[in-house]
Amino acid sequence: MASNSSGGSDRQRVAQQRLRIITGHLQRREDGDSTIIAAECKAEGSQTDVSREEGKTVPRRRQEIMKWNGWGYSDTKFLFNKKGQAEFTGKRYRLSGMTIPALKEWFEGTFGASMQHKSPAAPALNSGAVQPPTLNEAFLEELKSTGIPFSHDAEDRVFRAHGHCLHEIFALREGKVGRVPDMVVWPNCHDDVVKIVELACKHDVCLIPYGGGTSVSSGLECPPEETRCIVSVDTSQMNRILWIDEKNLTAHVEAGIVGQDLERLLNESGYCTGHEPDSMEFSSLGGWVATRASGMKKNIYGNIEDLVVHVKMVTPQGVIEKSCLGPRMSTGPDIHHFIMGSEGTLGVVTEVTMKIRPMPEYQKYGSVVFPNFEQGVACLREVAKQRCAPASIRLMDNEQFKFGHALKPQVSSMFTSFLDGLKKFYITKFKGFDPDRLCVATLLFEGGREKVLQHEKQVYDIAAKFGGLAAGEDNGQRGYMLTFVIAYLRDLGMEYYVIGESFETSVPWDRVLDICRNVKARIIGECKNKGVQFQPLSTCRVTQTYDTGACVYFYFAFNYRGLSDPVHVYEQVERAAREEILANGGSLSHHHGVGKLRKEWMRETVSNVGMGMLQSVKDYVDPKNIFGNRNLL
Amino acid sequence: MSNTYRVSCGAGLENEEEFVDILEERRRSSDLGHALRTFSPHPYKGAESCSNADLNKAVLESQYLRYMAKEIAAETGSSVEEVREEACGILEEMSQNLQLKCIRLMGFTLTKVLKRLYSGIFVNMEGLNMLQQSIQEHPVILMPNHRSYMDFLMISYIMFTYDIPLPFIAAGIPLAGMKLVGELLRRSGAFFIRRAIGSDKLYWAVLSEYVRSIVKTGIAPLEFYVEGLRSRTLKSMMPKLGMMHMVMEPFFKGEVYDITLIPISISYDRVLEESLLAHELLGIPKPKESTTGLLKASKVLQEDYGSMHVNFGRPMSVRHLCEGKINRCQYNLVPRDLPQKPSAEVQACVSWLAHLMVRVQEEGSVMGPWALMACLLLQAPTRVLTEEGLPWQELTDKTLWLRKLALDFGARLNWPRQAPDTDVMSSTVALHGSVVNRKAGRVFLVQEEEPARNRPISPEEEMISTAAAVLMLASYRNMSLHIFVRPALLATALHITKTTQKDELLAFFCFLRDVFSNEFIFIPGNSSQDFEEACFLLKKCGAVHVSEQEVTVSDAGLEVLSFLQALLQPFIDSYQVIFRFLCENKVHVYAEKQFLTAVRNLATELILSGELHTYEALSSDTHKNVLSALQRMDTLTKSRASQQNEYTMNKAAVRRIDDILSGKIPPQMLHTTPEAKL
Repeated sequence: MASNSSGGSDRQRVAQQRLRIITGHLQRREDGDSTIIAAECKAEGSQTDVSREEGKTVPRRRQEIMKWNGWGYSDTKFLFNKKGQAEFTGKRYRLSGMTIPALKEWFEGTFGASMQHKSPAAPALNSGAVQPPTLNEAFLEELKSTGIPFSHDAEDRVFRAHGHCLHEIFALREGKVGRVPDMVVWPNCHDDVVKIVELACKHDVCLIPYGGGTSVSSGLECPPEETRCIVSVDTSQMNRILWIDEKNLTAHVEAGIVGQDLERLLNESGYCTGHEPDSMEFSSLGGWVATRASGMKKNIYGNIEDLVVHVKMVTPQGVIEKSCLGPRMSTGPDIHHFIMGSEGTLGVVTEVTMKIRPMPEYQKYGSVVFPNFEQGVACLREVAKQRCAPASIRLMDNEQFKFGHALKPQVSSMFTSFLDGLKKFYITKFKGFDPDRLCVATLLFEGGREKVLQHEKQVYDIAAKFGGLAAGEDNGQRGYMLTFVIAYLRDLGMEYYVIGESFETSVPWDRVLDICRNVKARIIGECKNKGVQFQPLSTCRVTQTYDTGACVYFYFAFNYRGLSDPVHVYEQVERAAREEILANGGSLSHHHGVGKLRKEWMRETVSNVGMGMLQSVKDYVDPKNIFGNRNLL
Repeated sequence: MSNTYRVSCGAGLENEEEFVDILEERRRSSDLGHALRTFSPHPYKGAESCSNADLNKAVLESQYLRYMAKEIAAETGSSVEEVREEACGILEEMSQNLQLKCIRLMGFTLTKVLKRLYSGIFVNMEGLNMLQQSIQEHPVILMPNHRSYMDFLMISYIMFTYDIPLPFIAAGIPLAGMKLVGELLRRSGAFFIRRAIGSDKLYWAVLSEYVRSIVKTGIAPLEFYVEGLRSRTLKSMMPKLGMMHMVMEPFFKGEVYDITLIPISISYDRVLEESLLAHELLGIPKPKESTTGLLKASKVLQEDYGSMHVNFGRPMSVRHLCEGKINRCQYNLVPRDLPQKPSAEVQACVSWLAHLMVRVQEEGSVMGPWALMACLLLQAPTRVLTEEGLPWQELTDKTLWLRKLALDFGARLNWPRQAPDTDVMSSTVALHGSVVNRKAGRVFLVQEEEPARNRPISPEEEMISTAAAVLMLASYRNMSLHIFVRPALLATALHITKTTQKDELLAFFCFLRDVFSNEFIFIPGNSSQDFEEACFLLKKCGAVHVSEQEVTVSDAGLEVLSFLQALLQPFIDSYQVIFRFLCENKVHVYAEKQFLTAVRNLATELILSGELHTYEALSSDTHKNVLSALQRMDTLTKSRASQQNEYTMNKAAVRRIDDILSGKIPPQMLHTTPEAKL
């Protein structure tokens, strides 16, 4: 069993490096002996410049650092270089600057794609394609007097008109733009939001809250039928930690902060929230609350609903919040649950008090190879039964295992490749695992060093009962890295006629295997029916365990050469896959939310009465439908 | 000499299918070689490798059986262990124990028997290839029709020959009781199901878990007779739904992605058990299945039974068939391992699918000249057949006319092309020497040869002997009924109602279809389609003109229409005899046995007195069908009183049905209710 701790120390090193960069900034901690660190709303009316604190990731003009028609940072992408080798550009990730020799073969082999057949994106946004803004002059006048920054620049508007659903990105790559917000405002603090909402109500303007822009539910799409002026409320500048309460281990944070900034800033004080959704580089705290997000390490830290202690939301009826910070209350239905998952239909989440934890002393990755997926699921089920799940435990199916392998960067030494060969030989020949059936679980342990090692042993012992073999930290770590780069890979695929998407569900334990098999088969069957010429990639993984069930992720991609309307085909297949999920006892969504993409199934999901309840809340809170993104209901 | 030949289905060469005689190969090479051939099938790729013992263990340890055992223990007051022990016993009695060695032995024996009995066994290779493909993809259910004991290992025999995984076969428990043979069948993959399980909860639980496990694990293809029993009349029977539901459940519950149904139509030129079956129908009990009985029957092995056709139908996807018919979410809220009463939606879907399968079996069955000749022979008065004989020329002319009609209606006809038509018909009649014989240019019905007797035979005995021959003939006619029944209902509607209005005809058509739903197979909910089909076929053969509002008889159509109407007449007559019996009798409540005896006596009386012309009214199958039909139409209620079934009937309702059937109530008075069942 591999037991060196390079994974953990590596991470610490990175954290320290981050720290050094930002030191000199927030040294305020020294000037007070109080355990409460506070920051005030610094929104002075005249402040309209761009240069705010350097430590923050997201500028107002997002397009300066992020792609307008793809995932993530502009400087980071996959490409096939002149030698035909895959390369990952930039400096931001562990994989950055490396070549990935096996990717091309996997890519061509899996999708039947070819380097000769390219489907490049439109190079830049053609402002002519963007409708001129419909402005509400009275609203604009009054907004100007508040001094809150705004823009109706075409690029700013287009950037906030979409999330990252396949159809959204595909359209952008083709240079097609539908209904977009008519203007963007950047509130600086809670009070700014109050003003904006008041003005919007007064002048009947439609508001769409915008956090990190990582929605995959068509949640940010502007309803085409909306005739009012649509204003995108970009919360990215509300990104401060207002205070940290070390006695109660809570932090009060502005909701626009993105995950990576929140963790980094807390880390500086020795804390973390432990909430790490796969999108944490870009997604915002407010977005998490509004969609009921889930983080990779929820086994230790909990999902967003477990982390939130207090929420402030500005609605057309005023501000909703609780009166105290008690850890639990019996005061009727929890009003937080009207807010969590409201998907921007009721108001803007402005400030959140959430739990924090001391940073873990020790972290360790790990992985286990199972002879087949069935055994892997049985092991995860047992782990859940014994309630000993590590911070994260994920099980990839065979296709994903192969995919992960294709993403191995070039090995520097003969010795490493020799070792890899040896491992492969051991598993397939000596242990008799079928390379076309075996699958791998990736693990992340966190906590005190002793406890981690003990915990690790417990989990590996269970795994052994299901035929699992420890397969090293490296495989584990690469698995988690894959999570962050997979979205970049989709952009690469789209350069070569390959489109894809992932979607998730949650399902009781006894149905996990059935749903995985059936949904994957359904995807393949539907692709065939819809005339897809090549075998699609249809794969899944179990990403979270609960007492009574698991969260399952499906990945699906295909080569669309020869199809006249690939996005339509794609959407039909995804729809069929969702129906299959529901027919197999899966939920409509585990954490992506409903948005507009899955609205059609809401009624059967929550019953007529349930819909009525939600509708009546909407009717009371927002009778004029100011928050008119039309998600959910 | 080629060992393949073609069966025309419908008009035109493009519809021909190639059948290969699998005995040809056996006649040329060693039987032992065949029995010892290397058997290397490609199994279902999702199959869990699991032995028969593993399967049984998994069944006994299933969550479902545990739960049921607890429940039954609580109800009966016995301990859970006792119940589980009992379950274990049931499973032992039931389960198969397929062994290749045994299949080889059976293969060897079967080859010998088959070569002696049949001139050829024709199998459609295309269907077999498709089966081979689909067996690798999803769990496969083989659904043959059941016309003879010969069916039983036929599929396994073919699968063995063509390297396809051997099926587990659902069989009736009497077979298990046969010495040696029972065990041989068990080792050939048969598993045994008790008859009349009734409300034995534990038995149902073990059986359903066993069946579901076979499907879920994909350990082997499952073969079962959706009709439940061997058809005594060679006519398709109303499908039984219990087994069908068990088989489908794993799909409904998402435990498998899909299930493939393979309809298989086995057709015989001449059925081994023909005379036994006819006697059974006349109430002469069938001999109990026993090994000695089987050996005694070996004299039947001396005769010629023509050829057999095994037509493997196109694989049908349950997922595809159920699309839009089943909301699988209904299983989301209760653990799938727990017993759950099937919803009305599920029941309707299972019933629909089961009927559909029987229809597809019918459409896949191959009929020879004899089925057509039997139709025509039965339309001659019985007295003519027994005394004067039917002129050969008349019969052959009519048969050729009927062949054209059958092809127009889409029949799959096996009519050898190489020989002149008259030769074909002559040899057909020769093959069926047990039913008819040809003397001096005339065709006579064969009367059973009675062993030498001292006393003269009574009229009753003579009638029984005639009836047996007529019922044999009727059975062969039944093989072609599915081709004609829809147009025949329309022809009858035209004849009885004397109307041309399409809506009135539809109403009467639906009424007839409803009355005869136990007699012929109609897919529930398809009455309008059936009517349209009838109109289309009659129009196609030029018998009627069809417009928006009207269906009018053409001058040239009389021959077709009267043939079709006469085809149904024996059924109508038989039903009316029973209706009248029920109406005119003072009694309101009958015990089943009492009813059957009374009806048979009445029919005998009426035939002897010359009031009734059809001997088919003597068939117990018809009697039972009438009871089921009346029950289905809510005019009879069945109850169980002291060991046997009792029927309470609503006379007015029966009378009304009778009146409609005799045309006393005009069709305008009928409510068109194309069944709202599905």
